[in-house]
Amino acid sequence: MANLKELKTRISSVKSTQKITSAMKMVAASRLKRAQEAAEAARPYAERMERMIASVMESQQSIQSAPKLLAGNSSDETYLFVIITSDRGLCGGFNSSIVREVRNRIRDLLSAGKTVKFLCVGRKGRDQLKSEFAASIVKTYEGIGRSGVKFSEAEDLTSDLIEMFEADEFDICTVVYNKFVSVITQVVTSQQIIPVDLVGLEQVSEEDEGLSTKEKPSAIYEYEPSEQEILTELLPSNLKIQVFRALLESSASEHGARMSAMDNATRNAGEMIDDLTLTFNRSRQARITSELIEIISGAEAL
Amino acid sequence: MTNKLIFELVSPSALLASEEVDMVVVPGEDGDFGVLPGHAPLLSNVRPGTVDIYNDGFVSKSIFVEGGFAEANDERCTLLATRARELAEISPEDASARLSAARDQIVEDDEKSKAAAARELALAEALNYALETRSSNRSI
Repeated sequence: MANLKELKTRISSVKSTQKITSAMKMVAASRLKRAQEAAEAARPYAERMERMIASVMESQQSIQSAPKLLAGNSSDETYLFVIITSDRGLCGGFNSSIVREVRNRIRDLLSAGKTVKFLCVGRKGRDQLKSEFAASIVKTYEGIGRSGVKFSEAEDLTSDLIEMFEADEFDICTVVYNKFVSVITQVVTSQQIIPVDLVGLEQVSEEDEGLSTKEKPSAIYEYEPSEQEILTELLPSNLKIQVFRALLESSASEHGARMSAMDNATRNAGEMIDDLTLTFNRSRQARITSELIEIISGAEAL
Repeated sequence: MTNKLIFELVSPSALLASEEVDMVVVPGEDGDFGVLPGHAPLLSNVRPGTVDIYNDGFVSKSIFVEGGFAEANDERCTLLATRARELAEISPEDASARLSAARDQIVEDDEKSKAAAARELALAEALNYALETRSSNRSI
């Protein structure tokens, strides 16, 4: 039987751990609320942007001179992944599920003889991928979304992307992030953003209450000032908004994941404290009993 | 009544308006255009300027947008704005301060950030112009 002093220190150390985890849970809950609101506020814009792009795509299909950002540069040798993870840990499977997904995709691509590059958002993802694919990591962004995700952060990331694309450093770009469904569910999502993936777009719009599928534009659009000029503005904006949305979703997911992880930890700590207290009381009582027996048998012997 | 048009104004951070209106006037890149119900499908760039919402023959709301895209079809007009604020909420002092700041910026800056500074200047000028024309309208 463990000695009483040892048990006492264990109990108090578990108690202080529980205090920390429950405080972290509370912090995550309040951040989650803000992040979730931001993510939901950005959805209408992204949805309408997708609808616009889809209608442009439809009228574009006949035209061969579609811009590269829309149609791709007709090669698929180099893949760029934008991996959105968090800077901090203690958020359950949030980062490792992203890394697992990415790792599988990369192994497939590498065995098919393609080249793979990464942009890592968040330190945790980079740390986990560094051991295996250190050479492929192009750049790491840290501190994004520390005080709420800002649109300017998405803009910076996107301008890097466009620069790289124009320098022919990659052919296909995919964003991998955790999509926020609820506090306990986050879905790992890969979204191809360069070239624009029409199939993916349709899936997304069907999910969104079929709002956009019902209103498929039947007529061909007029463009003002010209199709080319609109597209050169619209496509980078679309990229920015898709990246922005991914960042927002990921930040909401991070706080959700951390909240449920900390909730679990708090509950486990509680169970542990109960167990330890029980053992503590038992051994205390056992000691008292054995002391009594000693006293009584001592008295009887006299 | 089918004689109404659904107007939606969205910015990256919020859905700012979604309402039935008689007409909207959008500052397109090649000039302002009005959208009435039954408009032909159109996609246009939007320059910084004022969006006027008309109801019952009057401007019921004026919103300043800092560029974006507009999509019109026969029943709705969607405006994706990079940023938007109601004109009545913007104070002329802020606007003129922004204009002078933009003017200083464009002199100081090197070649690289010149494009951004020029954009900011155009934006500030459009904002001031929007405020001036609105106040002169009021006084009549």
